[in-house]
Amino acid sequence: MTLDFVSRADFIWALLPEIVLSCWAMAILLVGVWEKERPGLPPRNLRLLAWLSVAGLAATAGVNGWLYGVSGTDASGMIALDSFRLFANWIFLLGAALTILVSLPYIAKQRLQAGEFYTLVLLATVGMMVMAGTRNLILLFLAIETMTISAYVLTAYHRADRRSAEAGLKYFILGAFSSAFLLYGIALTWGATGSVNLAEIAQTIEAGAGFTGLLMAGMALLGVGFAFKVGAVPFHMWAPDAYEGAPSPSTAFMAAAVKAASFAALLRVFLEAFPGLYEAWYPVMWWLAALTMLVANLIALSQSSVKRMLAYSSVAHGGYLLVGVTAANEFATASVLFYLLVYTIMTIGAFGIVMIVSGHGEERLQVDDYAGFGWQQPVLGVLLTIFLLALAGFPGTAGFMAKIFLLQGAVESQLWTLAILLALTTVVSYYYYLRVAWYMWMRSADAGEPAIPVVAPGIVRFTLIGSAAVMIYLGVLPGAVLEGAISAAEHFGVVAGEAFMGLAR
Amino acid sequence: MTGLENATVLLLQASPGGYDPILPGLILLLPLLGFLANGALGLIGGVRAAEELRSGREPARHEGRPLTHTLPTWIGPATIGLAFVLTTANFMAMLGAELTDPIVRSYWMWMATGTLGVEAAIQLDQLSMIMMMVITGVGFLIHVFSVGYMKDDPGYPRYFAYLNLFVFFMLILIMGANFPMMFVGWEGVGLCSYLLIGFWFQDREKADAGKKAFIVNRIGDFGFLLAIFLLFVSFGTLDYATIFDQAPEVLTYGGGVATAVTLFLLLGAIGKSAQVPLYVWLPDAMAGPTPVSALIHAATMVTAGVYLVARAGVLFALAPVGAAAVATIGAVTALFAATIALQQYDIKKVLAYSTVSQLGFMFLGVGVGAYAAGVFHLMTHAFFKALLFLGAGAVIHSMHHALHATHKDWDAQDMRNMGGLRRYMPVTWVTMAIATVAIAGIWPFAGFFSKDEIIWYAGTAAGVGGGYGALFTVLWGMALAAAVLTAIYMTRLLVMTFHGSNRTGDAEASHLHEAPLTMIVPLCILAVLSVVGGWLNVPGSVRNSIFGGFGLLPMSDWLDRWLQPVTQSAVDIRVAELGGYASSAPVGGGHVLWGAIATGVALVVVILTARAVSRQKIVPATQDTVPLSGIRKHLYHKWYVDELYDRVIVRPVVRASRFSWRWIDQILIDGTVNAVGGVARGFGWFGSLFQTGQVTTYAFILTLSALAVLGALIF
Repeated sequence: MTLDFVSRADFIWALLPEIVLSCWAMAILLVGVWEKERPGLPPRNLRLLAWLSVAGLAATAGVNGWLYGVSGTDASGMIALDSFRLFANWIFLLGAALTILVSLPYIAKQRLQAGEFYTLVLLATVGMMVMAGTRNLILLFLAIETMTISAYVLTAYHRADRRSAEAGLKYFILGAFSSAFLLYGIALTWGATGSVNLAEIAQTIEAGAGFTGLLMAGMALLGVGFAFKVGAVPFHMWAPDAYEGAPSPSTAFMAAAVKAASFAALLRVFLEAFPGLYEAWYPVMWWLAALTMLVANLIALSQSSVKRMLAYSSVAHGGYLLVGVTAANEFATASVLFYLLVYTIMTIGAFGIVMIVSGHGEERLQVDDYAGFGWQQPVLGVLLTIFLLALAGFPGTAGFMAKIFLLQGAVESQLWTLAILLALTTVVSYYYYLRVAWYMWMRSADAGEPAIPVVAPGIVRFTLIGSAAVMIYLGVLPGAVLEGAISAAEHFGVVAGEAFMGLAR
Repeated sequence: MTGLENATVLLLQASPGGYDPILPGLILLLPLLGFLANGALGLIGGVRAAEELRSGREPARHEGRPLTHTLPTWIGPATIGLAFVLTTANFMAMLGAELTDPIVRSYWMWMATGTLGVEAAIQLDQLSMIMMMVITGVGFLIHVFSVGYMKDDPGYPRYFAYLNLFVFFMLILIMGANFPMMFVGWEGVGLCSYLLIGFWFQDREKADAGKKAFIVNRIGDFGFLLAIFLLFVSFGTLDYATIFDQAPEVLTYGGGVATAVTLFLLLGAIGKSAQVPLYVWLPDAMAGPTPVSALIHAATMVTAGVYLVARAGVLFALAPVGAAAVATIGAVTALFAATIALQQYDIKKVLAYSTVSQLGFMFLGVGVGAYAAGVFHLMTHAFFKALLFLGAGAVIHSMHHALHATHKDWDAQDMRNMGGLRRYMPVTWVTMAIATVAIAGIWPFAGFFSKDEIIWYAGTAAGVGGGYGALFTVLWGMALAAAVLTAIYMTRLLVMTFHGSNRTGDAEASHLHEAPLTMIVPLCILAVLSVVGGWLNVPGSVRNSIFGGFGLLPMSDWLDRWLQPVTQSAVDIRVAELGGYASSAPVGGGHVLWGAIATGVALVVVILTARAVSRQKIVPATQDTVPLSGIRKHLYHKWYVDELYDRVIVRPVVRASRFSWRWIDQILIDGTVNAVGGVARGFGWFGSLFQTGQVTTYAFILTLSALAVLGALIF
């Protein structure tokens, strides 16, 4: 099917996944309010809501798959019809679905408003999908706000918990601050090029608009905005506090899917609008990547709370991904997509077990609390070990292949220092990941300490086992997925290569 | 047409013109499948036994044996038997074809990195076919023998799993079409050897013997690997076909590279084939079950070194130093090991040193360029040495039962405790006697033809020499001496075990019995092969003057001619460079005269030894308190080589590693690592100081950073 964007109806076809999911989110909201609140008890239709939400995500995924067979006539419209967008959508949908599945007992235990919670997750997902798909800076801003405002609410969702409220407020204030940077950047870019369309901006720069101060300032502020959203050091300060204070399901969702969406948008804007200015922006990205990897990994070393450690680990992974963004060649872009997919699964998997250990609340979050857990719950212990090994990038797991691909991409653009830094900081990260595993298997719980009570319904176990299996599968046979990512990255081409040729001249 | 007719037509078409391999992959696959099946059964049986133990129940007394025990009886031998049938079919097809170039079947690209492309490929030619026949044929007989021998062992399925896996890796070693394939087989058989030597791993001494074999072999493997690297650097490929074709052009005759490659290959061969100075693991390897000693440590795996030299014959022909080293090592080993065998009391130890000695003969053969003679002795040795080991196994089996019946804690393997066994085990006695005559080198048994052919070649090589005439003359003399010693120690073994009066004890003697049928039948088949095996390669003149008269032997020099396509290029190089070649052509009084002298000498030695040993007063081991003195003491203690190695190598290494552990690892390396970790954590703690939790701080840092980015981009 070919869409001709002269017709209004064809816009609807092109936006079908987002439309389906938006409508579904509204429906969930309605079903949610149907049930009368029972103080002190979980909503009776919690399971129904969760399954409905997953069904909505699945339906959207179906439409997303259908879009692969559709092509458009206009390559510079507001919404891109390319496989980059579709591949990114898979990641967001998967992240949302996994979050909903593993957090089921948490919502029940904490008696959170399920209807609104799932609606917010779905709406945030809509925002992400538009972020990955749009070619228009104004629409991009709207999409980012759709996502982040949902995320603010999700962070502060546990109203009864002081820490949750505090985290939400901090996140909101700093997020608004950074949105201002982003918006200002959009305005200046528009001022310099006369357009908010990525393709047109690129053309203008190509035609010689070049290195004017106005354009540079616009790009710099856009970069600052994105650096904040992806949590790059030194714009990361909000992340550990927000991640630690937020209810665990929100943390998992933010650490995985929200970060993935920010990276997708960052790739789209910088590779599609500013390939001509690569020489200017790549040193900034280089420093952000280097700083993020170094600082986040070092700070993670000294954390004693698993949740906070995972928060810093999330920041550190952002650093690895920035290496791929800096490399800016086709393979590096594909490896960023592959990494995001892998990262989403392993992060949510790890958080899933953290939620179980913490009793679907916010207790037992210290590393010491994991002493002997592996022997008490061998299945969950092995699963957490797999996720931790994947996060650390242990050979045989998907995390390893993802890092190898990133390294390959970096080497293709001859970013030797970054590649070495990536490898070295990965070694550092082994310490804090394996420390948890070490506590789990090598330490026994203090005498008299009761065994950790475990509530893990079948669906949660099934989800976690499936995720772990995928981690192993992609660690051994990453070929098919990587090919998907490569075809998704194809149309960005080799930005770095051209730029380097320019530098050589 | 039915499928069967189709196959027949194909088969008929395949011969005489070309040779089309018949399911060569299946020959490899069958033992592997056997391993998987038996391994699974072993695991199941093991888990069940562990459960029974844990639950504290009496092990269930099954009606008969459990399925995990009965299935391997069929799976183990059957897979090897089928592989043998397939190999025979291929052999027949190859017989009918005039095959000049090896057939290479490649299955998949195994390693493709840069310029190195190694395929998982097998090569079928005359040499690999002969080896496959020996491995699957003798292997099958030993599998059958094992059914009776290992019947009561709790690890029965595990045993067959290992044995099948061994055959699989041995076939990989032989059939591989490039050096990496051979290396995989080489390491694989090493692994199986380790697993089977330490099969009864609860016994510390046996587990240690396995480790010793493994570690000593690593030294050889190191040489083999270096040779492979050197070959790759010189040729850019590791396929046999290319390397051996191009070797005369790429390598200069007697040049450094050729010499280095062959010496490294020799190091590998020395390790695997238990030659001086790395032979020490093989006598200890007798700790494994006796059929394992027969299959792995006599008939097949230890001959891999000989196969390696024969396979790389072209390279050795190009490196006279390497070839001379092979011959020298071989002759020295043949003599040295034979002396030790003279004064051993453990029946398996005698056979072990005999094996080392006979392998030395094979090395001498391939070292002087008589590749066919080396392979010939490899084959006949596989028959009679497997027979000797299996016979010894039957004896030990019987002794063990007898001693067990009265709870006597005597050594079931010590020949001083045996004596007069021929009355209780007549079949074993007859077959072992045949093997003894064969290895002693008496006409017309197999060993006569193969061993004397090697000695003959060594003698004629002394005439050609190429500057090594004197050396080869000495080696020839050593080989002759070793041959005489062979006759002595083997006769001693036979007489001490089977003749004279029984020393086991009256109560025990009534429990001595002949081995069951599954053990007897393989003995008989091997006995027949030990007689006729040597007729495959009778020199033409001998055939005409002796066999020809009876019309018994249709072919002469058959193995020489069969292997000619493989060995010819190596022989050509030697002829071109040395102006001559160690040949089987009659010298002096001709083959018949020399052969008659050799047989006569061997016969006299056997008779004299038999008389001397029968007159000796032998007492059971526990009563044998007279200390040995002089040369006998040195021989009994194996020239103190193990002690020497312990003092010169093992203890200094242990001391050095203890030093490295205490000072270098624990203090230097661990200290450095801990210091680095401490510094990293310090930085982390410093970084987290900025994480104040105050939004204003965050906003401030954010603004500063944004200014930095702006500055970087605008200016």
